Amino acid sequence: MALAENRNTYRAGVDENGHFGLFGGRYVAETLMPLILSLEKAYNAAKDDPKFKAELAYLHTHYAGRPSPLYFAEHLTQHFGGAKIYLKREDLNHTGSHKINNCLGQILVARRMGKTRIIAETGAGSHGVATATVCARFGMQCVVYMGAKDMERQKPNVFRMRLLGAEVRPVEKGSGTLKDALNEALRDWVANVDNTYYLIGTVAGPHPYPTMVRDFQLIIGEETRRQLHEAEGRLPDSLIAAVGGGSNAIGLFHPFLDDLSVKIYGVEAAGKGVNSGEHAASIGGGSPGVLHGNRTYLLQDDGGQIQDAHSISAGLDYPGVGPEHAWLHFQGRVAYVPVTDDEALKAFELCSRLEGIIPALESAHALAYLETLAPNLPKDHLTVVNLSGRGDKDVVTVADAMGAKL
Amino acid sequence: MSLLSERAHESSRIAQRFAHLKKNKRSALVTFITANDPTPDMFRQILEGLPSAGSDIIEIGIPFSDPMADGPAIQASIQRALKHNTKIKDVLAAVKDFRETEQDTPVVLMGYYNPIYHYGPQEFAQEASSAGVDGVIVVDLPPEEAEELDVHLRANHIQMIFLTSPTSTDERLPAILANARGFIYHVAIAGITGTKLADERLVKDAMKRLRQHTLLPIAVGFGIKTPEQARAIAAHSDAVVVGSAIVDVIAQGTDVDGKPDPTLSVKVLDFVKSMATGVHGVWP
Repeated sequence: MALAENRNTYRAGVDENGHFGLFGGRYVAETLMPLILSLEKAYNAAKDDPKFKAELAYLHTHYAGRPSPLYFAEHLTQHFGGAKIYLKREDLNHTGSHKINNCLGQILVARRMGKTRIIAETGAGSHGVATATVCARFGMQCVVYMGAKDMERQKPNVFRMRLLGAEVRPVEKGSGTLKDALNEALRDWVANVDNTYYLIGTVAGPHPYPTMVRDFQLIIGEETRRQLHEAEGRLPDSLIAAVGGGSNAIGLFHPFLDDLSVKIYGVEAAGKGVNSGEHAASIGGGSPGVLHGNRTYLLQDDGGQIQDAHSISAGLDYPGVGPEHAWLHFQGRVAYVPVTDDEALKAFELCSRLEGIIPALESAHALAYLETLAPNLPKDHLTVVNLSGRGDKDVVTVADAMGAKL
Repeated sequence: MSLLSERAHESSRIAQRFAHLKKNKRSALVTFITANDPTPDMFRQILEGLPSAGSDIIEIGIPFSDPMADGPAIQASIQRALKHNTKIKDVLAAVKDFRETEQDTPVVLMGYYNPIYHYGPQEFAQEASSAGVDGVIVVDLPPEEAEELDVHLRANHIQMIFLTSPTSTDERLPAILANARGFIYHVAIAGITGTKLADERLVKDAMKRLRQHTLLPIAVGFGIKTPEQARAIAAHSDAVVVGSAIVDVIAQGTDVDGKPDPTLSVKVLDFVKSMATGVHGVWP
């Protein structure tokens, strides 16, 4: 395994077999192996093709509304009285989250491969909505697997997907959340190998997904780097993003990994507390294992059975984490820190009241870490929080948690 | 294949079983059940009865919470097994007890990698070997990832059985078959267990293609439910694997609280006998 001192970069990515050191890989049934090998080939060809790059750039600008602003959060900054806080406004993208970045990239890859049917899994529904959106735009059949419990707590997104022409299939098995939706999507894929493309929404799954999805999310960090340079003339001092699978986080972090002056915090969902047994902090409260095609940190019992995750945020309610995050933790480059449901709810309200921005519950986890980090930092410390999505979809959940009647 | 592993292959229980069947011009029936389904006692009763019911090779499933390649029948069977908090050490203990009275029928463990990885690949291989396990199939360890377990299986004379599927290209087959031992497990359908029916014509074509790449016996599984179908598939292959259909009989004889009908083992073994009648009448 490559150790930190043997590498001169944290951005080298996977080895030829798709491993980030101990993590990552291609732990899938033989039926799927030829598919992911051909996907790898197709993706490698696409990413170096000027026509592909130009089409994606056009869609970013004219369809998704990029670049997303980097917004100086004056009132949050005053409130905490320490670090100068910037928000990367991925909530302003078309469909309301960073998920569109990845979906636009992958739908172009799927089209190049001649696929006509798209399947996806979704937790909070943000990835499902983004997938249904690009399928509508590119005229592809779309089936989204969603845990039955998640469908209940994210009703507005379920309806949005249906409006966009997608079929949403409820998954009752297991805990009825994201993990189970992923299992069903994999079962669908293995049974429909000829025409179907599996559009994974996060930096997990077998190689090449963690790398490909990261590449499509790098635009978050690349824009941030440029925008902060325009605003402040320098690099940030710290970055904060929520980590479920970890796609918005890796997108922000990756372009800064080799700038060692930049402190990087990945916020895991600690649910009712990492010691409560009801959380989704795979790094903070899990151990290495193999699930859904890759080796990473997982919540599991002493027999290697996967345990249910818990988070108030459906998008973070997953018992694993992307393998590159596992590797960055192992290398000590990124600090993975816990934020509980209650802390996230408090940040959700605070950001709504002070900035007039209702954040997604996922993003509220990142905002909540400001309470720990920001007050003790000097006023010239620049921190960027990834506001990965907007919170409209979460109002039912939040009202419920606050005891309010809608 | 090196001379050493070839010798190990010839002297293995799996190789002896296939040699014996070949002499009698019979295909093999491979039966799958999940460990501790529906209860530890009933599982052991069924296991002990399998050889005389006509099972030539016994596959035992190691339960895993997230069986991505399995359909509803085996998912439910794993859920029943996990209610008894079934762990790898329980599976190995059952094999060890089985071996006290049965020496000839090969036992193959089948499962997903995480429980094995968590147990420790080396410890798993050593203890499985001393319990009398002959082969291991790990659904989510393709040849590209298999070495970290296989190195320990080889050292402990356990045969790692690899899967081929309708999607395995001719370019891929040599890589899959390079380290294959025991037999090849050909997945007859692109899909999960117990759903689509295997297509005899496609199986026949696949056998032709596979036999150009390997001398090992070839078993065919996924989507074989009736004695007639088993006979048809056996006419082209060296072995037929039946899993979901057996597990369905177990499900039918188990109530909602997981309590089995006391005569369940008789019903399961009768079904196995009917499948054996289908398989044993033919030789490819």
